[in-house]
Amino acid sequence: MRIAIASGKGGTGKTFVATNLFNVLSRRGDRVTLTDCDAEAPDDIIFFRSENISESEVTHQVPVINKDACTWCGRCSKWCNYNAIFYVPDAKIIEVIENLCHGCGACSFACNSGAITEKPVVLGTVTSFMTENGSPLIEARMQVNEMSPVRVIKEAVRQSGNEGVTLLDAPPGTSCPFVQTVDKADFVLLVTEPTPFGLSDLRQSVETLKTMNKSLGVIINRAGIGDNGVRNYLNEQHIPLLAEIDYDPEIAHAYSEGRLVTGENNALAVLFTELADKILNDHGTGSNKR
Amino acid sequence: MELAVISGKGGTGKSSLTAAFATAGDRIVVADCDVDAANLYLLFNPEHEKEIVYIGGHKAVVDHALCTVCGICESYCRFDAIREEDGKMVFSETACDGCFFCSRICPMNAIEMVRSNKSRMYSGPFRNGIMVYGRLAPGEENSGKLVNLVREEAKRLSYEKHLETILLDGPPGIGCPVISTVTGVDRVVIVTEPTMSGLADLKRVHEVARKFTGDVGVIINKCDLNEAVADRIEGWCAANDSPVLGRLPFDPRVTEAMVAGKSITEMYPDLEISRVIRHIWNKLISNGKE
Repeated sequence: MRIAIASGKGGTGKTFVATNLFNVLSRRGDRVTLTDCDAEAPDDIIFFRSENISESEVTHQVPVINKDACTWCGRCSKWCNYNAIFYVPDAKIIEVIENLCHGCGACSFACNSGAITEKPVVLGTVTSFMTENGSPLIEARMQVNEMSPVRVIKEAVRQSGNEGVTLLDAPPGTSCPFVQTVDKADFVLLVTEPTPFGLSDLRQSVETLKTMNKSLGVIINRAGIGDNGVRNYLNEQHIPLLAEIDYDPEIAHAYSEGRLVTGENNALAVLFTELADKILNDHGTGSNKR
Repeated sequence: MELAVISGKGGTGKSSLTAAFATAGDRIVVADCDVDAANLYLLFNPEHEKEIVYIGGHKAVVDHALCTVCGICESYCRFDAIREEDGKMVFSETACDGCFFCSRICPMNAIEMVRSNKSRMYSGPFRNGIMVYGRLAPGEENSGKLVNLVREEAKRLSYEKHLETILLDGPPGIGCPVISTVTGVDRVVIVTEPTMSGLADLKRVHEVARKFTGDVGVIINKCDLNEAVADRIEGWCAANDSPVLGRLPFDPRVTEAMVAGKSITEMYPDLEISRVIRHIWNKLISNGKE
């Protein structure tokens, strides 16, 4: 089964939860893969000793216009919905603005004179690592200065397959990169913090996931700070609260150094193991049902 | 002057710090560009003097009465958004990029492109000036266009109300909405935290910011979480020609202020942290560089 770990608000502890869930499942010998889908800010790998197994580039096809063959009909520019073809026929100017191109291929089809060919442009990479516990970590990493991580995320999820348990560490927010990540998930674990900002973003995430008909549960991180807004909201909406982790400077310190708390703190190792079993019991599919 | 606060990594304290800046001095225009997790309005409760419907991206919708299931659209779609299921063409709203290609080549003219009108932009006065913010409807595509709209409105109001300073609260990550936030601004402030993830994400977002302006400063928030990593960040900033504008300690009273609907500088003006924030803000808005 695929479990996405997500949150509307950034910095609530998605990576903290995803890496530690991965760690406890991996250490007890479960078949588990961690996929870092936060392609704009991928940090999961920091927490593991690992070996780089393979790396592949994710590309899309952008047009190359041969001016000599161009008949200046303007169809390519008209068909482009992203304003990526700058076209001034009187001045005989036709240029592709690669940054705006989404690689849809409409211009190549629209061209009647065979003046458009295509070339690949790299959007990012998907890297497979083998961690020291013997479980794979797949990382989506968008190229700096690219606009959208969506294709890179999609490829990382594809390469992760769906054997055993796949944990998808989602990007923050509720727009397309988030939607792309949770799209294939069987269950979404939302990580929040008990503050007004946390609640506002949690609400937005829940509404988005409802329109996608996803099963979800919530984990409150840094419990003890803030107020009761999140808890009241969960009660009202009958959303299961699966776990709570108290605010603890020790946890924050371990995280800051790239260490996994479940490797050093037994109580938290138990908490994460129970959390994983709860999700697998209630929402597991096929062989993941425990 | 237009300043943008961004972070790469989520949850480093962008919005809390933006709120503190926005209430630390003269009246300003503040704009929340984190449109899929807008939070600042929770602290500022701006009047909705103006509400604008933001028309979002296009999605392909098929008219099954006209569709002959020829499959041409599916064979050309590069976003894997179309597939045949039980003798019907099914369009995935999540995967559709809104390129119009399918609607243009459908021999039956059975595909229509529709736009969502659920997202909003608001502007109006708050207690220390004018606030503008966007709210993306759940699951909508965040193309940065709503960010552009928010910024245009902020500029218009800055001119109309004679408020010289525009402060932008940016989204996390490094993709399209971040690029839309920093394009053409006078100064960028990156808020980071002393964690290995914070440093990794700082490097990536710094590269993006430097493409647009040479004037990039860094604030290390929650610096006492790990002073050693904070020092490392400071060293990296020096080597990369971006001054550290200040180090702020972790202070639970920031959350306490948030719960009370205030910024830290409003609620506890006499604290050392508030004093440091005011000092940084005054330096930021003074025209001469340090």
